[in-house]
Amino acid sequence: MPTNFRINGRFVSVGEDTDTPLLWVIRDELGLKGTKFGCGIGMCGACTVHVGGRPTRSCITPISAVDGAEITTIEGLHPEGDHPVQQAWRDLQVPQCGYCQSGQIMQAVTLLKDFPTPTDADIDAVMAGNLCRCMTYPRIRAAIKAAAARSVGQVNHE
Amino acid sequence: MKSPFGTLYSTNITPDRETGIGAWSKDAFRRAMHEGVARDGSHLFPGFPYDHFTKISDDDVDAIYAFLMTQPAVHAPAHPNELMFPLGIRALQAGWKLLFFRSGRFEPSTDHDAQWNRGAYIAEALSHCSACHTPRNPLGAEWGGASRYTGASVDGWFAPAITAANPSPIPWTPDELRAYLFQGLSRFHGTPSGPMSPAAHGLTALSISDQDALVTYIASLRGGNAPPQAVADAITRALDVSAANTGRQIDPDARFYVEACASCHYNGRAGINPSRPDLALNSAVHLADSANLIRVILFGIDAPEGAGGVVMPAFGPGFSDAEVARIAAYLRRTRTNEPPWPNLEKTVGKIRAQGKGEG
Repeated sequence: MPTNFRINGRFVSVGEDTDTPLLWVIRDELGLKGTKFGCGIGMCGACTVHVGGRPTRSCITPISAVDGAEITTIEGLHPEGDHPVQQAWRDLQVPQCGYCQSGQIMQAVTLLKDFPTPTDADIDAVMAGNLCRCMTYPRIRAAIKAAAARSVGQVNHE
Repeated sequence: MKSPFGTLYSTNITPDRETGIGAWSKDAFRRAMHEGVARDGSHLFPGFPYDHFTKISDDDVDAIYAFLMTQPAVHAPAHPNELMFPLGIRALQAGWKLLFFRSGRFEPSTDHDAQWNRGAYIAEALSHCSACHTPRNPLGAEWGGASRYTGASVDGWFAPAITAANPSPIPWTPDELRAYLFQGLSRFHGTPSGPMSPAAHGLTALSISDQDALVTYIASLRGGNAPPQAVADAITRALDVSAANTGRQIDPDARFYVEACASCHYNGRAGINPSRPDLALNSAVHLADSANLIRVILFGIDAPEGAGGVVMPAFGPGFSDAEVARIAAYLRRTRTNEPPWPNLEKTVGKIRAQGKGEG
């Protein structure tokens, strides 16, 4: 039986086995290559997408789990790539190699939704599952604070 | 349905004449619901909860009959049951009925008002909540008296106590019951999953007044609300432990938890966000039985379950039994005052082998 869901506003119906990881379908069937494969066990965050508006590791999410769900990938975050978090990422030139960055951005977007003025502790806790081998962590933290400031006009320096 | 006595397969209740109930009269249907006897006179197995349905009023049974008879007929022969000998012999069910079954419609209690009684009717007769939430005796009948609603294992999950025996740090209030049962998410307790997921989905079809009645009755089972201060204290403790166990960690278990879980399960000091289920409050972490927590870690929660449209991924394929056990033990140690779960790693292996759907 096909699995139906909406991705970046588009309805799709996929016929893969129901235990196929969502990430495989996103990249190989739907051709959306912005979401990356990192560890395959939900421990690095590179494959983070939004399911129902929540950050979700797509490499360990079987497509059976997302039947009827609403999914957003990095490509669907903003039509021109101008989400406030993406703007902050560009302004601060966060990426180095870039491989983990779409996952970082997707996680950061929901971080700011839940914690509009995040403390360093909030950022540490919520972003700890998104690894960066290039060690761009200081710029990620700065960009999150810049995006928060842009959105609410203040930064919490706790 | 798996039971300690073997596996039962539910039968076709569409109006197909040959394999369904198309040839059943209204009276035959009533007798099945009220007495547990099939059209051909054989005894039904109590996996069909006629011990609850016997309490449903004649009018409601007739309404269910009328509804079923308007459904499309589907030709689907019954799958043979796989019960251990001699339990498959239907005639022996007469003995079970003699011991445990009392036929009779629901009788309102004069000690309670109409709303409570309506809720009791829905819970006891129609929804048969206690079929899962009450432990059963060795012959598979529900224990009575003080054991009622004190929780039981069902389909590989643990249906928690809905009396004062429930170990949740924040007691279930009418508001939280309403959010859990009808909106699919309680900020303090979690989301209906496993066999409770279809139950909660079904309950959303109740009218608002029936929902209120059901909540009134269920809330009364635990006998009184918690003092507000106790609720506030439990939240403060949860947020403290959430905030304390992040950042640079020496404790390798805490590091593991933060990397694997905190991207979603962390609230810091910001207050309890229902979309970030707090595991220091969550029921599954506090139950004496570890099955629910292990199942959710291994197999995740699908979008159609619980809080609609949201997913918990399945960590089973990536994590070893030891790693799942480590997360569960860490949560138990840091988020509750309950004793550690014994044999966790073995339990994880057992549940993994059972698989997601089977239980």
